[in-house]
Amino acid sequence: MARIAQALLKRLGGMAIVLALVVTVVFIIVRVTPGDPAAVMLGSDATPADIAQLREKMGLDAPLLLQYGQFVLGILQGDLGQSIFLNQPVTTALAARAEPTFFLTLFSILIAVAIALPVGILSAVKRGTIFDQIVVTLTMVAASVPSFWLGLILIQVFAVGQGWFPASGYGGPETPFLERLHHLVLPAVALGVVNSALITRFTRAAMLDVLGDDYVRTARAKGAGEGRVILKHALKNAMIPIITVIGLSIAMLVAGAVVTETVFGLPGVGNLVVSAVLRRDYPVIQGALLVVAAIYVLINFIVDMLYILVDPRVRL
Amino acid sequence: MTDTTKKTPVLSVENLTTSFKTPEGWKAVIRNISLHVDAGETVAIVGESGSGKSVTALSTMRLLPAGRSRTEGRILLDGTDLLKASEAEMRKVRGGSIGMIFQEPMTSLNPVFTIGNQIAEALVLHRGLSWSQAEVETVRLMERVRIPAAKARLHEYPHKFSGGMRQRVMIAMALACRPKLLIADEPTTALDVTIQAEILHLLRELQREENMGVLFITHDMGVVAEIADRTVVMFRGDMVETGKTDEIFAAPTATYTKSLLASIPRLGTMGSAVAPKRFPEVDASTGTATDGREMNPVASTVAPILKVDNLAVRFDLPNGRVHAVEDVSFDLRPGETLSLVGESGCGKSTTGRAIIRLLNPSAGSIVIDGQDVTKAGTRELRTMRRTSQMIFQDPFASLNPRITVGSAIAEPILAHGLMGRKDAKARVAELLEQVGLSAAMADRHPHEFSGGQRQRISIARALALNPKFIVADEAVSALDVSVKAQVSNLLLDLQEKRGLAYLFISHDMAVVERMSHRVAVMFLGEIVEIGPRAAIFDNPQHAYTQRLISAVPIPDPSRRGQTPPPLTEEIKSPVRPFDYVAPKRSYREVSPGHFVQDVA
Repeated sequence: MARIAQALLKRLGGMAIVLALVVTVVFIIVRVTPGDPAAVMLGSDATPADIAQLREKMGLDAPLLLQYGQFVLGILQGDLGQSIFLNQPVTTALAARAEPTFFLTLFSILIAVAIALPVGILSAVKRGTIFDQIVVTLTMVAASVPSFWLGLILIQVFAVGQGWFPASGYGGPETPFLERLHHLVLPAVALGVVNSALITRFTRAAMLDVLGDDYVRTARAKGAGEGRVILKHALKNAMIPIITVIGLSIAMLVAGAVVTETVFGLPGVGNLVVSAVLRRDYPVIQGALLVVAAIYVLINFIVDMLYILVDPRVRL
Repeated sequence: MTDTTKKTPVLSVENLTTSFKTPEGWKAVIRNISLHVDAGETVAIVGESGSGKSVTALSTMRLLPAGRSRTEGRILLDGTDLLKASEAEMRKVRGGSIGMIFQEPMTSLNPVFTIGNQIAEALVLHRGLSWSQAEVETVRLMERVRIPAAKARLHEYPHKFSGGMRQRVMIAMALACRPKLLIADEPTTALDVTIQAEILHLLRELQREENMGVLFITHDMGVVAEIADRTVVMFRGDMVETGKTDEIFAAPTATYTKSLLASIPRLGTMGSAVAPKRFPEVDASTGTATDGREMNPVASTVAPILKVDNLAVRFDLPNGRVHAVEDVSFDLRPGETLSLVGESGCGKSTTGRAIIRLLNPSAGSIVIDGQDVTKAGTRELRTMRRTSQMIFQDPFASLNPRITVGSAIAEPILAHGLMGRKDAKARVAELLEQVGLSAAMADRHPHEFSGGQRQRISIARALALNPKFIVADEAVSALDVSVKAQVSNLLLDLQEKRGLAYLFISHDMAVVERMSHRVAVMFLGEIVEIGPRAAIFDNPQHAYTQRLISAVPIPDPSRRGQTPPPLTEEIKSPVRPFDYVAPKRSYREVSPGHFVQDVA
């Protein structure tokens, strides 16, 4: 237990460093982007006085180091600044949009894993059979399909054609929760299917790898049945690459929210980022970047912790 | 016991033929194998790689992949034909009536489950115990296989166990349900000789207590002589001879058995020789052998090509410092072979790697050909690598599968800019001929060669730069006996012809005796004894050297059981606290050139 606690502390320390770097990089990006943010935001017919006023409001007139200090201080207090167009704090804007993004990511990854694990395992166990060959081919096709294209097809068939699901949107806070989730079914299926392809391939490869290992033979020689051999002895050993690719998929889903939410008209974080970019709402872009990066780091942290749980040999 | 109580054998295999599916159709890998094992009896299946001995064992357990293999004949366990049993019945047999242990203790245990869990699983599966009952029984089993502090180690994972201890865990697992038959597939091959002696001793004791039949698969005639009542000799899928072990050793009938027995390296065959002796040449058609000639003596007056002084290699771990090599000093003259012997983890390979500078020494000096290379920079190292080369143990892993052997051999020549491509090609042809291969083989890839041929290729690659000395790290250990003799002879011939010096790292004492001018015995990173070969083997002074030599199995059944029961202890760890300073050792000279470390 002491070892795990120690590893946890070490990883948390590493996480803090990465986050500090992210904060710094985000700060610099906004500063080195060509053009004065204030001037860009106000458009071409703004007077220098307007610009100066906005610069002052945004704190852009202060010395760089001071700006950086205030930026960091703000983040530490949970303050990501004030959106220029939405007239509310960036944190409030992000929180208001978090729900669809969160549930979409969650459902997509659940669907992906629910498909990938059994199919990948079965494909490895039945290597070389027709089933396996079909899986290999289908995963290759699915991996090369863009999720938005699949999404459009699903909308065409099940929303426009059958009318089973809404074609887009999410509904405001006044819409019942389950109905809001109803909006997520088609996008989650599209993302889940596309993401399952990669995870299936990794699961298959990882299982093939361990099924040839000596300890699997030992388990059989002990009299363990095939189910036990595969699900206990082999799968736990194969989990490390599988966990890694699931973690990566979640991270890609979060980062890919920009595209998905636009296609499905979901008012999530990705959607917020898109409109913020179009309106040059720098504080929002900055805040969203930070949050997405933090989620990335957090997922990696969780994946590392899972390694320790799965494999006693992992030392951090 | 009288004849009326004549029992049915525990295992009786009749006309066993196993075929594998290949693109060309079914191909039989073992043909018409018949053998039986009685209760309390040990039957050895012996043969070289590819003889089908493991396939015989796996066929018996029906552990070969179903779709890609086919087994015919009869396998009777207590009269029941296993080939007719259902999969569910087989599961009861596996780990229930037949226990099995395998060669590789390092990989045969599941790394992500505790050893307690893995042993207990057999009890839960077969004896219907609950996990908590099984745990109590597991502790008892671990104590039976002499695992110290069994209760405390129950919840540890395999990576915390040494190879010998893991093999004990495997044995505990195999014996958990008191099987009538134990199939042991090369159970001691991957272990050091002293550990091997312990495991064999343990197996014998347990067999006596349980009156178990044992089917023991091995390539090592020494082990066969040590443990087997009867022996089955296999060659390329056929059973060529079977009979009582002592009779087979005394009067082998099959030619193959004769040549197999003739080519085993044995301790104590050097007579009055001073220099190394070539291995006996075995005529495969008659099975007769002519003893190898003694090599030419080495001039003792020439300056050493390699001089190592107070070498130390240390690594830091989170929990302490590994003193892998500590205060090691020796020299090596042109044309001479110094063997480094000792158990895994004793620092012999680390010493070799540090000398070639694949590792950086922590202290001491290495002088090659008059030049100190201890602190050599990149450029000096390049020059140094022309003088010194290395041959590795695993002929399957040390050649890049994607490049032809010709390019592999030419690579060092081209990398050092010694020749143009055209000349290098001619040189490769010449080198291939020198190691006993044909020049036409240069365009082939490594997978087209056998283990012995690959090791010849590795030797050719090492010779490409005309080195003055070669570090041969277990260079012949992975080879079958007949091939081992051939490759060792090649090394001896090359040494005589080119005046090469070898640092010969090996755990195989019989080969070392044949190959060496001098021997250094390492233990826990230190040299405990060093001297002329005859002095070390005939008059070992250090307790550890004596233990090492007496643990080597003797391929002579009549001398069975003469070795004292081995000690059961884990090899001490070279991991020490960070503030540990290795004590300065002193050596006394027993006879000229024969030094023994004083007991601290």
